[in-house]
Amino acid sequence: MREPWWISLIKAGVIVNLIMLAFAYTTWLERKLLGRMQNRFGPNRAGPYGLLQPFADLIKLVRKESFFPVAARHPLYIAAPIISMFTALAAFAVIPFGAGWQIWHYHVNGEIANVSIALILIFALGSIGVYGAIIGGWASQSKFSLLGSMRTCAQLVSYEVSLALSVLGVVLMGQSLNLVDIVNKQGATIWFFIPQLAGLLVFFFAMIAETSRPPFDLPEADTELVAGYHTEYGGMRWGLFQTAEYINLITLSALAVTLFFAGWHGPYAPLGPLWFLLKVFIFVSVFIWIRASVPRLRYDQLMRFGWKILLPVATINAVVTALLVVWIS
Amino acid sequence: MSPQPLDSVKGFAVTFRQLFKKPITQQYPEYKRPVYPRFRGRHRLHRHENGLEKCVGCSLCAAACPADCIRVVAEENTPDNRVSPGERYARIYEINMSRCIFCGYCELACPFDAITLGNEYEISEYSRDDLIYTKDMLLAEPIKKVPVADRDLYDTPIPYYQDHS
Repeated sequence: MREPWWISLIKAGVIVNLIMLAFAYTTWLERKLLGRMQNRFGPNRAGPYGLLQPFADLIKLVRKESFFPVAARHPLYIAAPIISMFTALAAFAVIPFGAGWQIWHYHVNGEIANVSIALILIFALGSIGVYGAIIGGWASQSKFSLLGSMRTCAQLVSYEVSLALSVLGVVLMGQSLNLVDIVNKQGATIWFFIPQLAGLLVFFFAMIAETSRPPFDLPEADTELVAGYHTEYGGMRWGLFQTAEYINLITLSALAVTLFFAGWHGPYAPLGPLWFLLKVFIFVSVFIWIRASVPRLRYDQLMRFGWKILLPVATINAVVTALLVVWIS
Repeated sequence: MSPQPLDSVKGFAVTFRQLFKKPITQQYPEYKRPVYPRFRGRHRLHRHENGLEKCVGCSLCAAACPADCIRVVAEENTPDNRVSPGERYARIYEINMSRCIFCGYCELACPFDAITLGNEYEISEYSRDDLIYTKDMLLAEPIKKVPVADRDLYDTPIPYYQDHS
């Protein structure tokens, strides 16, 4: 269903701001849950239950001096966090969050852009997002940043392979790369996490590594290595990298919900976006739970896990699914 | 990966259980944990019962101070300006709290128990100049009071100067 361009524009503005808000409260939720899991309170000073903490953090980051390392390549040094941020935000455009509504005599789609190769678009944007880390580490002109960005790239590139292969089963079953079609197919038949359990598990682990969350947070192993590619960044430029990371987490959670848990489908259809939100919330909470429970992997363990376990499992899953799809139809 | 995959899953149950427990954090500015009775905090200078200062300006505290933070300038007592019972008194007695390491050697060195370390520890200031405590500040009762734990909880003898004064 076509909708006028200005509706898409309004929707894009609203969604971007909602994602930023979701990011802000993901950090709050993370600190709160981590705190409670470690018998602490977490933030509880700024506002009731520390609810204003994200805004306090934002004001602090924005007001900080934005310095340059003397040797930094200026345009690239500035561009790197922007690239990360842009790709993180843009990827959400194709994720459907509702069935679409009739408001007055306009039809409003349940996604910003209905792209026929939405899944490829998301992975393409994710690959471009890696450049944020590469350029940021290189343009800082510091050994530690460069080593950190190499570490990051090696991890992200390795796990991108498994991430893309793991959804192949879903694509085969949904017979489309369009996320809207995949969601509708799941609503009509079965949520894909049941037949694609192996795919879901691979996607899940690869997703943790892609968003560099613990236990795969080698890109910024804050307790043992120098902070990684954003060592030389401070203030809101660092904040943009961090924001991009969290938004990637939200986007990939939303993608997992879309691919394996039928997106906005739920027991009561008019509540579509709420079901979607609830599922994403559960995903994000599980990530925080994992962070609280599991120690960080060693780098060789990380690589071994990615190449020797995830990749073969994803490949076998894709092949078996392909055979089954052909055999059944 | 790990030799016992089930054991790593058990860890998730452990962290999940903590969600329903009360945090053990002590919320500091609202709740002040009582300090140990012999906690060494902000200094005090003491007076005799009759109002005269115990300090006689001997500078032994300044000599004992490893951080070199005490400055004493002594002056003779005269019949119409009698500040301390001895021959001399401290005209200037300053402690630079930004240098003090709260070791308590001044307390040990003092022959008249004129200086002791109190229990107050909330002594931060916005300016370094404010951290130089003058004699008047040290003689006055501290503004902030800190809860002190019950002495009976600890095997702590009452200091000599509080027993015999």
